[in-house]
Amino acid sequence: MTLTQQIITIAMCVLGTMATRFLPFIIFNEKRRTPEFVQYLGKFLPSAVFGMLVIYCLKNVSLFHGTHGLPEGIAILVTGMLHCWKRNMLISIAGGTICYLLLLHFVFV
Amino acid sequence: MRYKALKAAFPYTLPIFTGFWFLGMAYGIYANASGFSFLYPMFMSLLIYGGSLEFVTVEMLLSPFAPVQVLIMALLIQARHLFYGLSMLDKFKGLGWKKYYLIFGMCDETFSINCSVDIPEGVDSGWFMFFVTLLNQLYWAGSATLGALAGSLLHINTEGISFVMTAMFVVIFLEQWMKETNHTASILGLLISVICLICFGADAFLIPTMILIVVLLALLKPRLDKKEQEDSP
Repeated sequence: MTLTQQIITIAMCVLGTMATRFLPFIIFNEKRRTPEFVQYLGKFLPSAVFGMLVIYCLKNVSLFHGTHGLPEGIAILVTGMLHCWKRNMLISIAGGTICYLLLLHFVFV
Repeated sequence: MRYKALKAAFPYTLPIFTGFWFLGMAYGIYANASGFSFLYPMFMSLLIYGGSLEFVTVEMLLSPFAPVQVLIMALLIQARHLFYGLSMLDKFKGLGWKKYYLIFGMCDETFSINCSVDIPEGVDSGWFMFFVTLLNQLYWAGSATLGALAGSLLHINTEGISFVMTAMFVVIFLEQWMKETNHTASILGLLISVICLICFGADAFLIPTMILIVVLLALLKPRLDKKEQEDSP
């Protein structure tokens, strides 16, 4: 990517973010009720999007070559178990990442 | 008046302080390990100011140039802010120029404070929310910048640090899962993404995935609405 393309990419992210933050204040007011479909999406879209983002992070993991996705799989399990156990976001993320780094640098070398 | 509001706001931002420093530093180190100078995470954390999207932006900066896909991705990841805005329509009324900054800086954590806290008596609510927003943004941008600087100075082997993004989304996904009574949308998000990834490949699966998620959610609406009514007492 050239510098201009990088700036456009970041600008698109700023635009997308600010559209979602400013839009309600521009189009809705207390007199106009939020359309029912928008409310419905608000309820169910986030779960689906975060599911998609988990897969997005793993898009370059190959199950058939190299480490067969084992370090990723194990580290995700550790992250999940830590989170079910302590339900503390920082502990789960830090623990999972440390586990992944250890696996990558010492086990699956 | 300003000082009083700052003093009232600061304690509420302390829990966010810890979380933001940890994630922000990790973000800075990750961006730096991906080959970007501290200027990138600094400007991204100041201008985009939405943690999950910023991680994804680094990944997208390393991919082929695709501005439309980036915009749709940003809209979908940030769509939840629409609902934050709806809840703050009243609270932000009549605050003048501060209102625009409050909307600009309304990330998940800032929203959760500004939406839920009963502002102490005698404290100006506009300034209170202004300082909550400002402090949180300073923590985030400061830690992202410092993380990137530390990463470039320390010369540690950062291979694999990008997993911090995976772990973050796994945790957010789990949080959503624990909160919801019906897991259809969560399962749908995972399944559609995997299927599209297999069919379209790593560089082209996002747009079909996002379209399919919205279309299928729209088609399932009657059923999910019904289930929702049955589940709620």
